Amino acid sequence: MSALAHVPTGSGQSASPPPAARPGRHRLLPYLLLLPGAAWLFLFFAVPLLQLAAASLYDPDGSLSTGYALTWAFGNYPTALQAYWPQFGRSFLYAGIALVLALLMGYPLAYAIAQKAGRWKNLLLVCVIAPMFTSFLVRTLAWKTILSDNGWLVGLLRDVHLLGPDGRLLATPVAVVLGLTYNFLPFLVLPLYASLERLDYRLLEASSDLYASPLKTFRRVTLPVSMPGLIAGTLLFFIPATGDYINAELLGTPNQYMIGNVIDSAFLVRLDYPQGAALSFLLMSAILAVVFVYLRRAGTEEVL
Amino acid sequence: MKLSRWFAEHWVMGVALLVLGYLFLPIAVVAALSFNRPSSRLSYDFNEFTLDNWRNPCATSDMCDAVLRSVQIGFISTVAATALGTLMAFALVRHRFRGRSGLNVLIFLPMATPELVMGTSLLALFVAGGVPLGFWTIVIAHVMFCVSFVVVTVKARLAGMDRRLEEAAMDLYASEWQTFRRITLPLVLPGIVAAALLAFSLSFDDFIITNFNSGTTVTFPMYVWGAAQRGIPPQVNVIGTAMFLVALLLVLASSLRGRQARRAAVTAAVPSPRASTRS
Repeated sequence: MSALAHVPTGSGQSASPPPAARPGRHRLLPYLLLLPGAAWLFLFFAVPLLQLAAASLYDPDGSLSTGYALTWAFGNYPTALQAYWPQFGRSFLYAGIALVLALLMGYPLAYAIAQKAGRWKNLLLVCVIAPMFTSFLVRTLAWKTILSDNGWLVGLLRDVHLLGPDGRLLATPVAVVLGLTYNFLPFLVLPLYASLERLDYRLLEASSDLYASPLKTFRRVTLPVSMPGLIAGTLLFFIPATGDYINAELLGTPNQYMIGNVIDSAFLVRLDYPQGAALSFLLMSAILAVVFVYLRRAGTEEVL
Repeated sequence: MKLSRWFAEHWVMGVALLVLGYLFLPIAVVAALSFNRPSSRLSYDFNEFTLDNWRNPCATSDMCDAVLRSVQIGFISTVAATALGTLMAFALVRHRFRGRSGLNVLIFLPMATPELVMGTSLLALFVAGGVPLGFWTIVIAHVMFCVSFVVVTVKARLAGMDRRLEEAAMDLYASEWQTFRRITLPLVLPGIVAAALLAFSLSFDDFIITNFNSGTTVTFPMYVWGAAQRGIPPQVNVIGTAMFLVALLLVLASSLRGRQARRAAVTAAVPSPRASTRS
């Protein structure tokens, strides 16, 4: 606001009227402003996707050293899917379970911050984001310490017989799902918080005044109000979780590998570009399909 | 009876605090491990307290090289992405032009596409074009995925801005450039700074896209990834803890400044109605 005070008023002493908007002058301006950014996104986001599609149809018998020929080998897709459908299914299964866990934890958290925190609201919000300040890989490795076989958590679970005497957490699906839940939870909480913050407390009071049970109030008032945030949050959680392979690599074993691990090794270890590209493209299509169906069923346009 | 009411009132907060505990548990572990002298290179368990890791964070020099490289890449990517994204945000909020909806899709899609797909597709492009992978391919990739976040952040700030302030400046005979320099820019600046910080943290922490486009260049996340197989030096946790502290300080400082600015605005506003009634 103080900026207003600095506006030089001296120039106003000349009696000329304020400059009228000249329509023609600004016609090109938006395009000039947009050009660099849009060109960058086009060149390094859109064009690569086309290149990926082309690479997925390369002749599978080619190699990086001899070069690839684009032979429209649609057979790459069924071949890749046949070889790696377990990892594919696992990606969606793990991400799905992690999403349910994250909702069970994230909804109360977002609700508490939005409605119950009072003057601690901002502090708690910072607490939600703060874990993301450390490197993703470093905090995932910290889970390796927490879940380790000699750690207190495994010891405790063995003592109460939730785990057998040789039971482990590390290198199991539990560890991978826990890691996924942990790493993407803030992406779910923040949009959820944003829409729950708009929930008027008086609506809840009105609902209970009209003899609605807490559960009914939740279903008929709270949930509908939080729907846009819920949808945005689940997408922001689910998309990166499905494509993640860091948790599977660091906390799991090859038995927990997700599709990301396969794609990583196809491109960087086995150097099988056609297969890697086909799997990558399949992943994107599958995620888009899930998102599309989900948005249709949730029936809201507010997110996009 | 009283107890059950208290419980009904507070259980949500209880769950929330537990979840926050879950979120902070690994941070506490990282901080603790930064003071650890591990029993062996492959051990992840706490062994013995030491200050050595904090005294010589660069004992493993390739780690510090990697951190430095990440800072360089983060800095260049942030400057480029913030410039490109801010210009686009201005065009989107302030101007009418053809192709707006297509452009919105182009900006939205990178945020909704799995990193894996963006990383592999860029790799496919670079390989097909014969571009050598390394420092600059990482920068290109980072600018690409940061731009959208910058656009969204700056756009939100611009859209919430009171246009009448600019109109007032123009009415007071400020030129367009003066209005921009003295009114628009200071008002949008917090949004631009927030966007730049976001871009830097996205770039600094990115692993998946970088992994596909780095060639032999090693950033900090790449270093940690490689070290996870060979054994993690405890200094990695020093960097992790330091990152956390620096970011926390930045957030606290900005919220303090925000509070001060708000208080200053209030005290500045208070005398004015009195002054106007007196005149």
